[in-house]
Amino acid sequence: MVNKNLTEYYGSLSHLDNESWELYRSLELAKELTAGETLAKLGDEHPEIVALCADLGKPTRLIDFGNKYPDRFFNFGLAEKNMVTAAAGLATTGKIPFVATYASFLGLLCAEQIRTAVAYPNLKVRLIGTHTGIAMGYYGSSHHATEDISIVRSMANMTVISPCDGTSLADLIEESVKTYDGPIYFRVSRGREDSVYKNRNIKSKIGRANVLRDGNDIAIIACGVTVQWALEAAEILAAEGIQAKIIDMHTIKPIDVDCILQTAKEVGNIVTVEEHNIMGGLGSAVAEILMENGAHCKFKRHGLNDEYSIIGKPYYLYGYYKLDGKGIAEVAKKQL
Amino acid sequence: MSTQTESKILLINEKAKMSRIETVRLIEKAGSGHYGSSFSSSEIFATLYYHVMNFDAKNPKWPDRDRFVMGKGHAAVGLYPILQDLGFYSKELLDTYVSLGSPFGDHPDMNKIPGIDFSSGSIGHGLSVCVGMSLGARIDGKKYRSFCLMGDGELHEGQVWEAAMSAANFKLGNLVAICDNNKVTVDGVISEMMSIYPIREKFEAFGWRVVEVDGHDVKALIEVFDSLPDVDSEVPTLIIADTLSGKGVSWMEKGYEWHVANLAPVDIERAIKEIEEME
Repeated sequence: MVNKNLTEYYGSLSHLDNESWELYRSLELAKELTAGETLAKLGDEHPEIVALCADLGKPTRLIDFGNKYPDRFFNFGLAEKNMVTAAAGLATTGKIPFVATYASFLGLLCAEQIRTAVAYPNLKVRLIGTHTGIAMGYYGSSHHATEDISIVRSMANMTVISPCDGTSLADLIEESVKTYDGPIYFRVSRGREDSVYKNRNIKSKIGRANVLRDGNDIAIIACGVTVQWALEAAEILAAEGIQAKIIDMHTIKPIDVDCILQTAKEVGNIVTVEEHNIMGGLGSAVAEILMENGAHCKFKRHGLNDEYSIIGKPYYLYGYYKLDGKGIAEVAKKQL
Repeated sequence: MSTQTESKILLINEKAKMSRIETVRLIEKAGSGHYGSSFSSSEIFATLYYHVMNFDAKNPKWPDRDRFVMGKGHAAVGLYPILQDLGFYSKELLDTYVSLGSPFGDHPDMNKIPGIDFSSGSIGHGLSVCVGMSLGARIDGKKYRSFCLMGDGELHEGQVWEAAMSAANFKLGNLVAICDNNKVTVDGVISEMMSIYPIREKFEAFGWRVVEVDGHDVKALIEVFDSLPDVDSEVPTLIIADTLSGKGVSWMEKGYEWHVANLAPVDIERAIKEIEEME
């Protein structure tokens, strides 16, 4: 396909049913992938912002920045390792590079470049791994990332953030430009998730967990896309008279220690939820804090149990792995 | 040749010798080190730092300085004495080389050593870093160049070719790569293990301007660097520097085995004598 007149192109497709869609139109569904849009808003005030993609500028919606600032937007093609390392070079010249691609090709494929060229020199590079966890559904394990939290959180200097929606991502990106130093790995889903914060007057701040619902029977600490389902689970549990405290632990490193210890003390029963291998992810991070502080409480890590996901459409998979509202409620009840 | 150029060549050759002798001295402190690959780069280091590059030793982070990134970070022991000689840090500090908590390790750390523009050690990253630095210069309209010293073995790394493709695609005429073509790696001779040849044709096919030079001939190196296209030009340059691993020490020139090595005191004396007698 060569460059084309989009109006003419869409006109030529007018005979197709409305349910049919192609790549460009699918982007409209990714409404929670707000990184590009947020950066476009900040672009004038912060000329140091630049954006890098690897042939996934459109699916990651980083293109929303590129459309406004084409001279500060670089498409590296399918060459992620070069992109990440070049971002490090750009950061040494005073730029704040935002790098976005699918998490499987960022946190996993580029782990060494992230460690050696970004984290070790402690550079202000922002990595955005999209379509993380099992969000790519039937694309299969090559396109899943259920190890990325574990990998990047073991890198010194690295901040790890897994926001649950576009509103939260926008808050955290803005803070990361204005007042936060050092490298950050953002872990986000594919943008089609429900908005959690749209109708909540709660700001997201790096390193501070958000308590979205109070409850004393059990606490569910979630991150990323599972936060919306933890809230659903709380509704299901409430209907049965069980009050669940729901915590959005968007920042996994540095983790909100006070929130975890206070929850352990007040609720005494914690389930962590993540679309990640239970080894090394959010659950492990919370467990480390509980153990090292001698907190006594019931505790369970819920996620993928050291396995590669089966094939399926994303939302069926979330159901299969009990990561949807019904599944999380079930897991929580067993824990009571 | 002008008298000025002749004295410049003499100076650079002296500094290259100094780098080699100091390398021997520093490696003695460590107990082992990269002789072969440092000695193959000595004249390249000295020509860049005593003739080509713009920098300010008193202001190492000067935003308009030329950048130097070592793809082959393991040769840093040959660069450290030059930066010291130029006033980036004291001899006393350099003498802490590899001691507990020293800024100076076998591979350079940009956050610990003044004058080091990027931390390196993982072979294959350097050219990508320079792509980023050169893009930064372009965005800001700055006139500095980014120089990347790669080993020839480094060309085995796939990332080098990703970077080569992008440098040409982004029209980075402000990027200069130097390939220290010493023909050997840890395990042996490149042509026998995993061929990277022909280097020139490969880079030309990737859209680069390529020049070849004797990497130990300072006069030739000066001519090549003096003939670089304008910094605003659009084609990146690769300089293939024909070199000898272990250059300056007869027994090291004979085999790849001196990539990493150690010398007993009596052989240190022999090595230094040979280096001092280099023409």
